[in-house]
Amino acid sequence: MTRARIKVLGERNLALVDVHAGTNTVVLGNRVLSVNEIQFDNPIIGTVYGTLLNYKGALEKLGDAVNHKPYSSPPLAPILYIKPANTFNHYGAAIPIPPGIEKLEIGAALGLVIGKLAVAVEEKNALNYVAGYTIVNDVSVPNESFYRPGVQHKARDGFCPIGPWIIDCHEVENPDDLAIRVFINGILQQENSTSNLIRSVSRLLADVTEFMTLSPGDVLLVGVPEDAPQAKVGDKVRIEIAGIGSLENVIVDESEINGRGKI
Amino acid sequence: MRKARIAYGGAIHEAIEWEGRLKLDDGRIVEANKVTWLTPIVPRTVFALGLNYADHAAELSFDAPSEPLVFLKGPNTFIGHQAYSRRPADVTYMHYECELAVIIGETARHVKKEEAYKYIKGYSVANDYAIRDYLENYYRPNLRVKNRDTCTPFGPWIVDATDIEDPMNLKLTTHVNNKLVQEGTTADMIFDIPSLIVYLTSFMTLSENDVILTGTPKGSVDTTVGDVVVTEVEGIGRLVNTIIGDDSFANR
Repeated sequence: MTRARIKVLGERNLALVDVHAGTNTVVLGNRVLSVNEIQFDNPIIGTVYGTLLNYKGALEKLGDAVNHKPYSSPPLAPILYIKPANTFNHYGAAIPIPPGIEKLEIGAALGLVIGKLAVAVEEKNALNYVAGYTIVNDVSVPNESFYRPGVQHKARDGFCPIGPWIIDCHEVENPDDLAIRVFINGILQQENSTSNLIRSVSRLLADVTEFMTLSPGDVLLVGVPEDAPQAKVGDKVRIEIAGIGSLENVIVDESEINGRGKI
Repeated sequence: MRKARIAYGGAIHEAIEWEGRLKLDDGRIVEANKVTWLTPIVPRTVFALGLNYADHAAELSFDAPSEPLVFLKGPNTFIGHQAYSRRPADVTYMHYECELAVIIGETARHVKKEEAYKYIKGYSVANDYAIRDYLENYYRPNLRVKNRDTCTPFGPWIVDATDIEDPMNLKLTTHVNNKLVQEGTTADMIFDIPSLIVYLTSFMTLSENDVILTGTPKGSVDTTVGDVVVTEVEGIGRLVNTIIGDDSFANR
């Protein structure tokens, strides 16, 4: 059993509960519930920051292109982007696919939920600023270029499912060694590990807070592994992160959704 | 009407301009120099425009973009009127950007151009500082340039949209230590306000207190510690900011 925080739809506050990340169950009092019996809400209230090209394989994919225009040199500092409030989505909800777009890219990201104000933190103390870990599906419209900010690719409604819960920081021994798997309709499509990060979790927190403050409730995504799988209308997408849990959503035509995330 | 958020007497209040002074929401009338100015609203999602004035794009040796160049800003970067922005000791080029800020008033999706103004509740002024030393060609302009703590002064107040007859014809000026360094007009935007709302709502939902910083005209020069930078939009407000250095901070 693992301590975690969940946000149940309609409840004002997060609830501290015991969960089984392996079986995807939640202990509520003397009952054990499957995640599918709970209507989850997004447990995040802060700002969600994504990190670009933080997997070794993702940067390698760019190859020598980093030395040519428009990039002209490899990235120096962490390259961040924001997943704004309209993208927030929750466990089990629909991800709208916009008209005219065939497939969406599934970005399997470990989310670091910040626990206390983090200003210019040192690498060796960085994990003290993490309250817990969650799973984020950093959805994108596929796009080859990283030159300009990808707002129209990454900031669409419902493009940031988060959950199902926030695993307490003390339950994760080493955030730099977590297996990540993506399943589409039950078939394994991607496998990677946070051991392949260019900047480790602690290094990333140090390098980001050197130039901007992270506040309690903010979420920093450690990055998206290379070869992100793509999903189309009707596909069930599941992201598993070892020891954290699994986040499941379904891709639905935007025109079939009334109100964000509701079918 | 002009509405501000301020701190006074140990509490946060809304206030309106009142014969050169401020009238607080509890009825008190106070001198403007006795309050601490906060951002006029608590912004939700903030969009900023790069290269939205042809003369500024040319100044930076870019062609004018064919679609709006939009980036996002986080809450850490905003400060109010009469506050301080931090210039790191090791940089060579930190410049102000005087911008008209458009504040959204209601939920907006797939907005038609002729109806775009209906979704605006008011206007304000922003100074969207950039530190060009940190520019990299990934998601340019990257957050290390554009989302630094204290580097987006915003205010002093929100002016009701109904009080502004034509937001596309307002003079923008920046003065550094009382010297005029930047001058332009919102008439020169490449993508005007309705076009920006049409563009953003074509792929995402906007909500109340989302803010669009509409870009800056030509006239960027380096600023140094101690400079008093005043960005002003005609009829909207005069936003005062002072640059401070690393020595004010323990974490240099």
